[in-house]
Amino acid sequence: MADRDPATSPEPAADPAADPDWQREYAAQTKAGQPRKNRSGVDIKPLYGPVSNEPAGDGDGLGYPGQFPMTRGVYASMYRGQPWSQRQIVGLGLPADYNARERALIAGGSTGAYLSPCNSFMRGFDIDEVPPELVGMSGTPVNTVGDIDECLAGIPLDEISFALGDNPPFTLSAMFLNLADRQGIARSRLTGTTTQSDYLSLCTANHMFFRISLAGSRRLLCDHIDYMNTHVPRWNPISIVGQHMQQAGATPAQAMGFALSSAIQYAEDMKARDMAPDVFLPRFSFFFDISISFFEEIAKFRAGRRLWARIARDRLGATDPRSWRMRFHAQTSGADLQREQPLNNLTRIAVQAMSGILGGCQSLHTDSYDEAMHSPSEHSAKIALNTQNILREEAELDQVIDPLGGSYYIEQLTDDMEAEIQATIDTVDAAGGMYQAVNDGVVQGLIGQSALRFQNEIETVQRRIVGLNVYRESDDEAMNAVPQLERPPPGAIEARIERFTKWKAARDPAGVDAALERLRSVARASDQNLYEEVVAATAADLTHGEIVAALRDELGDGVPVIVV
Amino acid sequence: MHSPRVLMTKIGLDGHDRGSRIVATYLRDAGMDVIYTGPWQSVESVVRVAVDEDVDVIGISTLSNDYVLIPALLDALSAAGSATIPVVVGGIVPPDEERSLLEQGIARIFHPGATREDIVECVASLSAVSSTE
Repeated sequence: MADRDPATSPEPAADPAADPDWQREYAAQTKAGQPRKNRSGVDIKPLYGPVSNEPAGDGDGLGYPGQFPMTRGVYASMYRGQPWSQRQIVGLGLPADYNARERALIAGGSTGAYLSPCNSFMRGFDIDEVPPELVGMSGTPVNTVGDIDECLAGIPLDEISFALGDNPPFTLSAMFLNLADRQGIARSRLTGTTTQSDYLSLCTANHMFFRISLAGSRRLLCDHIDYMNTHVPRWNPISIVGQHMQQAGATPAQAMGFALSSAIQYAEDMKARDMAPDVFLPRFSFFFDISISFFEEIAKFRAGRRLWARIARDRLGATDPRSWRMRFHAQTSGADLQREQPLNNLTRIAVQAMSGILGGCQSLHTDSYDEAMHSPSEHSAKIALNTQNILREEAELDQVIDPLGGSYYIEQLTDDMEAEIQATIDTVDAAGGMYQAVNDGVVQGLIGQSALRFQNEIETVQRRIVGLNVYRESDDEAMNAVPQLERPPPGAIEARIERFTKWKAARDPAGVDAALERLRSVARASDQNLYEEVVAATAADLTHGEIVAALRDELGDGVPVIVV
Repeated sequence: MHSPRVLMTKIGLDGHDRGSRIVATYLRDAGMDVIYTGPWQSVESVVRVAVDEDVDVIGISTLSNDYVLIPALLDALSAAGSATIPVVVGGIVPPDEERSLLEQGIARIFHPGATREDIVECVASLSAVSSTE
């Protein structure tokens, strides 16, 4: 509901939805049916009028952009001051392939780089430890500082903001810091985000990246935040992820609620180290999914901002307004894309992207239309970026801050979504906080139920999806055409693996052993910053796989809690 | 006739398991015995479980490219003398790869959006044939 100053604001207009004439005509023109609900379970009415609630105190209203409670945006100027970052996930082939694709995207208007490592990396292995068929198929293999050097050759490290798909023990960011050191670039000039740092979301919904036990990941994340806050002050060491959980089936409100609960957990963990909230909260960042439920997603972002501002100030005790800002990257939902008639996905992606922009995201990834078939082709990735260029340059969506603010529907929906999100936070609180709730499988169970309910709605055609359960064109070849998947040339992966094993063998074995032993001993000594030692280990030419294996051994393997 | 025994699994490195868990639930709800392994299985471990548990059908869920290990899985099943266990794949497989996998003997490939009815019916009929062999 909006804060209204009774001295200057006119009385709210009467709610047209309460008008008996309208109600009569509406009833005459429509069939009585089931009440409509959005994905989060909020009742959707056919018409909205002025929000009926009385204006409440500070924190319940809209305020101005950049001011508490941040409903209308986290910055006073929003896109007038700085357009959202156009940040496309890139992860394919070998480092040289990544480099060519990323440089082409930067030339095409991309303002942030995203390095998504190969699945072998995500699972904590070097390329010589996995079946070679899987290397470079969905992400770029990065095992050493030399690899990341190749990935980022010719890209100015201090001019581009980097998102690194990096999870505990954060070897990728460690290699990145070493690369900057080798290039003589001060760490204080680096900007970016450790994007897969939210180990609770990994354990819950994106198991692939969950490598080290919950307790070990917890320590590593706190150490990473601590270290980056001190040494790389413009870096966002944590990205709290609602996206994984929504992709795994959580409703939009649940995903926002779980993410905020995770943020509370991480903040409490840092406070337990005697760090003041205003030291670390300004560098908390978030990452959310954008489904095609257009208004619901906009309201989700607005409600999330308002809730986080209130949580940061009132629950966590932050007094610096920068701590209250829920800055977020958003990605259009791949789960909403369809394999059938894939060109239709272009429309879906544009609608999703509009929700993200109108919802006030700081950074946006638009999916490629062929992602329901395979990793994006170069051609489809360019179109995805141009979708953002068109929305900004031609549709001019960057001109007005929170352009839907004040819409009867959006304001009511923002309130309704806020209540749903709060209910999820309450559930997690009752389960003992996010760490405990994930450890006990509570969150996983709730997400599984939502996923099944959603799938059943598609099965029963309560949820209508073009090309899938309605408007099928299964025989139309042109409608179903897809670009060919690009693969690394035959032999390239094998040659890379051979080069890597030779490089490993050429290192001084005594030096490698000593570095490994140092890493292990710091892991055993719980009072030392372990991430600092990971940075040192990559500088000493330990590989990603060696570091993860040693820390798995010392801290325990990451085993997801699977609830079927 | 015993109720169908199905191994529901993911091979390789990917961990996206929303699809495999939903399908496991569908098959279980349809009265089948479902052995659910979770992600990250090796080809060898899938064959071992399939043989030890005497399953009628193997279901492989794939999202990010792990389908490339399926030919190796078929070879390993043959080597273990279990080539008759039908393998059903669900998930994201590029169209040209799909043709190749079907030629190599995959019983069926389900795409995202496949219906519960189709999946249950397919697995039930494959398992009826499989369990009589």
